[in-house]
Amino acid sequence: MSGLAAGIRLAQYDKRVLILERHYLWGGLNSFYKRRGRIFDVGLHALTNYAPKGRRGVPLTKLLRQLRIRHSDLQLGEQRYSEISFPSERLRFSNEFELFQSEIERAFPTELDGFLRLTQAISDYDSFTPPDPDLLARKVLAEYIGEPLLIEMLMLPMCYYGSAIPGDIAWYQFAILFKSFYDEGFARPEGGIRPLLNLLVKRYKELGGELRMKSGVANILRTGSADFESAIGVRLDNGEELFANQILSSAGYGPTMAMCGGAYADSVQDSDRGQLSFNETVIVTNKTPAEFGGHGAAITFFNDSDVFDYRAPAPGALGIDVRSGVICSPNNYDAKVPLAEGWMRFTALANAEYWEALAAGDRDKYESTKHGASEAFLDSAARFAPDPRPFEIDRDAFTPHTIRRFSGHPRGAVYGAPKKRLDGTTDLAGLFLMGTDQGLLGVVGAMLSGISIANRHSLQPTA
Amino acid sequence: MTRDEVILAIKDIIETIAPDEELDSLNQDERLRDQIELDSMDFLDIVMELRKRYGVQVPEEDYKELASLASCADYLGPKLESIELKVGV
Repeated sequence: MSGLAAGIRLAQYDKRVLILERHYLWGGLNSFYKRRGRIFDVGLHALTNYAPKGRRGVPLTKLLRQLRIRHSDLQLGEQRYSEISFPSERLRFSNEFELFQSEIERAFPTELDGFLRLTQAISDYDSFTPPDPDLLARKVLAEYIGEPLLIEMLMLPMCYYGSAIPGDIAWYQFAILFKSFYDEGFARPEGGIRPLLNLLVKRYKELGGELRMKSGVANILRTGSADFESAIGVRLDNGEELFANQILSSAGYGPTMAMCGGAYADSVQDSDRGQLSFNETVIVTNKTPAEFGGHGAAITFFNDSDVFDYRAPAPGALGIDVRSGVICSPNNYDAKVPLAEGWMRFTALANAEYWEALAAGDRDKYESTKHGASEAFLDSAARFAPDPRPFEIDRDAFTPHTIRRFSGHPRGAVYGAPKKRLDGTTDLAGLFLMGTDQGLLGVVGAMLSGISIANRHSLQPTA
Repeated sequence: MTRDEVILAIKDIIETIAPDEELDSLNQDERLRDQIELDSMDFLDIVMELRKRYGVQVPEEDYKELASLASCADYLGPKLESIELKVGV
């Protein structure tokens, strides 16, 4: 998505642009696939940063402006509400901040003042000053909130929707996500991610941009001496060489450096590789979640104790952590044409090495273990949302192995490397990073990442 | 281009980059930023559209001259004098 957005910006100003995509579908971490006549979304649970048409100063408005897309073209349906569910407390929130505030006041009356001071601090947070990437959210939250349970409840959704750091999340990312959830909100593009991707591709092609599918980049070509080297082109998997003035990579920091080879490839540390990945099980039902279980939440973030443990689980018998997770019900967004079938998606923290090792071995064992993990996770999730299995008509599941295969992110690390490259620069002139390793989150964040890197490094008059 | 046409040219550019904004009621003397949402990314777009459509270069130190419609007309008038208006491109 960052690549398409950057491509649109560049093509808009008459740059010759070529987007190379290794797969036969575009979208990277936000994509879709077809099975048995149904379209399954990958990535998109919710479009965060929802704002109504024309709202000033918010990321969605900036994004539409920059890509020259009308708000109505996105066909966004707002969530009904979402919830953070722990055994002893449940907090609901919607696109109206007042609901979340009143829920905090109801459940944690003595913390309301601290919560409002936190909200004010986040709202004053200037996203243009370079953030301190080493400042972590738990430390900052403790300055505002005394009740440990509330801290855990505030941490859970932010970690699941954007943290590449086990046990915590960078404070600046917490602040950006907090605004994108509670001050802005959740929506779903009608029809899922595919119409949104199609809109971007159409716009890009109309502007003269070229898109090549099934064209993976094997190497980034460079020239110069050891103290000043430039990226000058790429070699594709099929051996073809292409040359360019600039290369923008959304492959992530580690994989991009690996493509550069030599000392660049060697410089990638283990700490540059993300740890956190997920299994997801999608259940399609013959009734909607509201019909079979009175379920109205678009997203349910759950944890089955008072302490939330965000890390890749130890490689146990399941390869996933059943204690916490995210349940997404696409039916619970407004839509002009409501979904005919019920859909529920269940996302669990997973151990990438475990699934990679299984996938490398016997296929039947991988499939049966995947099924077993899904069943265990659905059992766990049934404590927090209605169980869809009695109404099931179709199912699909993917693992960190699947994510790695389709996105190229090592260990299927959805949120990339723990260390972000906020200005997008690399040690090579002419080579820039965008997307998840540049530090912006979500569908809107991914697109803004591509836009800001294109503006800053390719379109500024001095460039 | 006449002064009115310069203003029309700028409004047409703003309409291209900000299709959701209401431009009919824009006051010429008030800062554009105070009337509609335009940030530094958007001013970069106005400058690039001016270059693309009319071949006019606006150096970075002159961006401030584009603050209001009236100041745009003052600043761009001489540069666009012998250039034809193009709208809806």
